[in-house]
Amino acid sequence: MPKDHGIGASSKRREDARFLTGKGRYTDDINVAGQAHVAFLRSDVAHGRINGIDTSAAEGMPGVLRVFTAKDFEGVGGLPCGWQITSIDGNPMQEPKHPILADGKVRHVGDPIAAVVAETAAQARDAAEAIVPDIETLPAVIDMKAALAEGAPKVHDDLTSNLCYDWGFVQENKEAVDKAVAEAAHVTTLELVNNRLVANPMEPRVAVGDYALHSDESTLYTTSQNPHVIRLLMGAFVLGIPEHKLRVVAPDVGGGFGTKIFHYAEEAFCTFAAKELQRPVKWTSTRSEAFMSDAHGRDHVTKIELALDADNNFTAIRCQTYANMGAYLSTFAPSVPTWLHGTLLAGNYKTPLIYTNVKAVFTNTVPVDAYRGAGRPEATFQLERVIDMAARELGVDPVALRRQNFITEFPYATPVAVEYDTGDYEGTMTKLLAMIDRDGFAERRRQSEANGKLRGLGINCYIEACGIAPSQLVGQLGARAGLYESATVRVNATGGLVVMTGSHSHGQGHETSFAQVVADMIGIDEGQVEIVHGDTANTPMGMGTYGSRSLAVGGSAMVRATEKIIAKAKKIASHLMEASADDIELKDGKFTVAGTDKELAWGDVTLAAYVPHNYPLDEIEPGLEETAFYDPNNFTYPAGAYACEVEVDPETGKVDILAMAAADDFGNVVNPMIVEGQVHGGLAQGIGQALLENCAYDADGQLLSASYMDYAMPRAHDMPMFQVDHSSQTPCTHNPLGVKGCGEAGAIGSPPSVVNAVIDALQSGGHDVRHIDMPLTPARVWSAMNAAK
Amino acid sequence: MENVTLTVNGKERSAPAEGRTLLVEFLREGLRLTGTHVGCDTSQCGACLVHVDGEPVKACSVLVQDIAGAEVTTIEGMANADGSLGTIQAAFREHHGLQCGFCTPGMVMAAASLLKENPKPTEAEVRHYLEGNICRCTGYHNIVKAVMAASGQDVAPPAVAAE
Ligand code: FES
Ligand code: FES
Repeated sequence: MPKDHGIGASSKRREDARFLTGKGRYTDDINVAGQAHVAFLRSDVAHGRINGIDTSAAEGMPGVLRVFTAKDFEGVGGLPCGWQITSIDGNPMQEPKHPILADGKVRHVGDPIAAVVAETAAQARDAAEAIVPDIETLPAVIDMKAALAEGAPKVHDDLTSNLCYDWGFVQENKEAVDKAVAEAAHVTTLELVNNRLVANPMEPRVAVGDYALHSDESTLYTTSQNPHVIRLLMGAFVLGIPEHKLRVVAPDVGGGFGTKIFHYAEEAFCTFAAKELQRPVKWTSTRSEAFMSDAHGRDHVTKIELALDADNNFTAIRCQTYANMGAYLSTFAPSVPTWLHGTLLAGNYKTPLIYTNVKAVFTNTVPVDAYRGAGRPEATFQLERVIDMAARELGVDPVALRRQNFITEFPYATPVAVEYDTGDYEGTMTKLLAMIDRDGFAERRRQSEANGKLRGLGINCYIEACGIAPSQLVGQLGARAGLYESATVRVNATGGLVVMTGSHSHGQGHETSFAQVVADMIGIDEGQVEIVHGDTANTPMGMGTYGSRSLAVGGSAMVRATEKIIAKAKKIASHLMEASADDIELKDGKFTVAGTDKELAWGDVTLAAYVPHNYPLDEIEPGLEETAFYDPNNFTYPAGAYACEVEVDPETGKVDILAMAAADDFGNVVNPMIVEGQVHGGLAQGIGQALLENCAYDADGQLLSASYMDYAMPRAHDMPMFQVDHSSQTPCTHNPLGVKGCGEAGAIGSPPSVVNAVIDALQSGGHDVRHIDMPLTPARVWSAMNAAK
Repeated sequence: MENVTLTVNGKERSAPAEGRTLLVEFLREGLRLTGTHVGCDTSQCGACLVHVDGEPVKACSVLVQDIAGAEVTTIEGMANADGSLGTIQAAFREHHGLQCGFCTPGMVMAAASLLKENPKPTEAEVRHYLEGNICRCTGYHNIVKAVMAASGQDVAPPAVAAE
């Protein structure tokens, strides 16, 4: 029987009531009395020297309060980078300044040059158009390998080159890996591009800065996944505002997918300008601005080699990746191609030797940072593609080749620094094969062929490291932050609870699933638990939501705080019932004394905590409120097996997805409905990457895909009904909920299935196509087929 | 600035508007009905979809002065008279057809138009009709399920699924 409440129940979401009736409160819905509006003038060239900016006409326009340029930001810090990578030679990465407004040079199309604050948004936009910048266009570097060539134009004149870092991992293994590849019975080599994407949450970014003269306090309302991180970065590194004078509020946020993790110039600008002008200042991004100012994702160029022995056991993996950083380092950019990528190259397999080299490169493009999956989709894609290619070269079944090399014993220490705690890769594969009726595929293919179509089936596995945390570990790896999470549980006198969490919900449904956990622990109705998030003024310092970490890390903090509440409540109950605290049980919201018929309701005890007339005041304080910070000792490792079945029209190269199936192991699941929804969304983004989406620049650095006319967002008719399963559950061994995280899996696991399926289809039609770079548009598929007849 | 008057969700409402004021700006800023959202600047995402005189209209593509006097329905007008969720809204909640909620008002309004035109659409018809509404969160699976459920139908399982 499926549960109808508490952990494991598909409780309907409480946030839906407001979202379905237009009562959500997103940042753009917030107007602060007296607010002015900002419009940015952005560079329309990829690289140029700013010889001057004539703002005089703009300053005289109606409603204009002030025009800002870089010279107004002297003494203000640049946007900081939160992760340092060390190169093979021991040097720290090259770290350029990232000014709020372009200073001296513009470095990508969209780089903000000046900002107008005016009474209305329309007046600000009109005046921004009247600014006349004198920009001398410089040659731009767009292609990463060209950017590293001798004599290439430099994105940052004060750096030695366009190389941010040259990272080797595990450097000590390099020689052994080279030797294993040289001596292997078979080596499969694949060169590929992991296409640049734009996250595109449907809500564009918004920032509203406000300043209170009487208290000298600044407030920023912003579309963020992690308000405390923004408060810390902007307060300490950019504007020099102490945290107790800075409040950051991220109210309802319309999707994030990584791109709303980072601290952006517009946030600092609005906070700064509000204080300067003593007026609230609001900025709302247009979609076109979003395309040229939100951090992009992916953009790796990779060569991977898989070495196998004569029995088809994997013996080594060697990988060389160029990773595009764009023009500046976004907040967590350096960590994505390194620690979130190199450490995942073992995948689900016992490959004893692995070496990755990553060269991170500055180019005249929008900064690139984490996008759903961040590094892990890139690792999974190359690994699962090269395995499929090896199976084809060796003439063996790709599923059998994977199974033969599966890790089967846990814990398993990979050669790339991480230790998987639990998993059952055979279990998810078996589940998947049952879901997709692999045995019936040959018949389905025959039917497609009878209709003049080519049918293909692609299968792959994935693993990810989630619950992005262990502070000590990430500190050793270069993170300039801790990655714990926090929760305060406040029990009110009449028994209701408020949980204040450092996690942030921007579609994940925390208000529902977090309440399920706490209500289940106490045995009360979920409706008695309120979840508060998104405001630094009323939540404890937390690191926010990304890396599928909310339930594993934030939920665990909440469990720890609730455990403290329960322990204290039992003490109070033991006093009231004159029994030993050890004998008190809490079940279904009732305290009982073992072996007696004494009982007290939850509300009796909470009331006693605040009306302590009969209370052990010499032993415990009144009140019932506890805080916990939780910092786990490992990542979590969700894993699974995915399959995609496609039909390719050989006349046009058009790919139709007929089926997409995901068998995941997320450990324990709190709300299956929400988990399945997360997987669906991830699958659509992965399919989008594989078939549709591409962020394209021309050779001069013009952004060709800067609107929904040119950037192909997945639409309803591009997607199939999905088959998802999460019944294979190996609970995480090191967090109290046994959960692993589910937010990114779909986006990580699906691109290789789609591409594997298309290659399978083309091969079945006699086209010797080994690989096509994503997105597999009809033009690319058709060209590949017809080049390889 | 001239005042423009519309009948919004059954009530007569006025606010000042410039010649260039879009319907969506008028609703959000003039009338403070912030349930209607703006997700793009090329009339492609559908987050702003409302009904004007009963027809689905992207409110970012209409100048409000051009439709003075029109009857407009927004997401704020879709609940039942007693405040409970309407059929489509309830189906979205029941089937988890929304995550961040940003595309949701437009999706609900589009679904309402579809079901008015075609009370028993097929799954393919639902997907086709929602072509002008982008959702980045749900992968559309549960939106399609919700719309089908609101029409009193189930979605058939994928053809290749093993039973
Ligand atoms: S805002 Fe109207 S279609 Fe996007
Ligand atoms: S629910 Fe977030 S965009 Fe649709």
